[in-house]
Amino acid sequence: MELKDIINPNNLVYEKPELLTENTMHYCPGCSHGVVHKLLAEVIEDLDIQDKTIGVSPVGCAVFAYNYIEIDWQEAAHGRAPAVATGIARTNPDKVVFTYQGDGDLASIGAAEILHACNRGENMVVIFVNNGIYGMTGGQMAPTTLIGQVTATTPNGRDVGRNGYPLKITELIAQLPGTSYVTRQSVHTPATIRKCKKAIAKAFQAALDKKGTSFVEVVSTCNMNWKMTPVKANEWMVENMFPFYVPGDLKDSSKADPESYTPLKN
Amino acid sequence: MAKVIGAVVVNNEECKGCGLCVVACPQDVLGQNKQVNSRGYHYSFMKNPEACIGCSNCATVCPDTCITVYRVKI
Repeated sequence: MELKDIINPNNLVYEKPELLTENTMHYCPGCSHGVVHKLLAEVIEDLDIQDKTIGVSPVGCAVFAYNYIEIDWQEAAHGRAPAVATGIARTNPDKVVFTYQGDGDLASIGAAEILHACNRGENMVVIFVNNGIYGMTGGQMAPTTLIGQVTATTPNGRDVGRNGYPLKITELIAQLPGTSYVTRQSVHTPATIRKCKKAIAKAFQAALDKKGTSFVEVVSTCNMNWKMTPVKANEWMVENMFPFYVPGDLKDSSKADPESYTPLKN
Repeated sequence: MAKVIGAVVVNNEECKGCGLCVVACPQDVLGQNKQVNSRGYHYSFMKNPEACIGCSNCATVCPDTCITVYRVKI
């Protein structure tokens, strides 16, 4: 069979989701943000909620997220996305509100906002992209940077005495009674991407069912600031990030008691 | 078992040449072109088109969603 016979709309199995705009993303080659944006677009399309979804974009690399997904967006000040989303969710109870935040935005500058929004159990979805570094500003140390990890501001590796310990914010959030679904995923292989899509879909479903806050952490790479190729960065992430940030569901209220929390062990 | 053949179309101008699709392909179909697109990236192409099974792994991992996948059963 000729190639031109195969390339026919009747044989289509995968194409760009309609919700993603034609704009070329500003992200570096191989950046995990692109995959997470695509999954969000696919999930919103599958649930058919594009006319009632409102996203809150952060400060960080994903600040231009509103250029790429065709839904309503609001840009928030640094770290304040959960506070802005609280206002939107309370004034528009029929809408589905989500925030999209990085680790500098969520775990450092916005730590108070996210903890209290989750503790109040605001009906929203939080997508937390954790690459262990401040990507947009040039790779400085973030609260989630691993011990010994080299960054622009820790050239000899993160030192516990001087820089403290990495913060497992997802574990903190899972213990709060306001959250209904707390999970940690990754997007480095086709299998984990499909799993992550299911997790995001479940989180949006929980928001539609008014179950409280759903929190999806996506452990991701920042190959440009880790100074690796995208493929090497994925390998580095599996070797170094996963022993500390163990992927899996931390809390699932559809399976167990809403207050339950299971610590993940490596 | 019915034989499946697939084909992928890469949007050359959108591709940033990250190479994630090349390692995700189970059939070693994709490669990075020696030529570059207008932005200077070595875009992906089908170096071994006969082996494609249309599994859409490449399109799933593509951060810029520049791959479209087709599949036929024969």
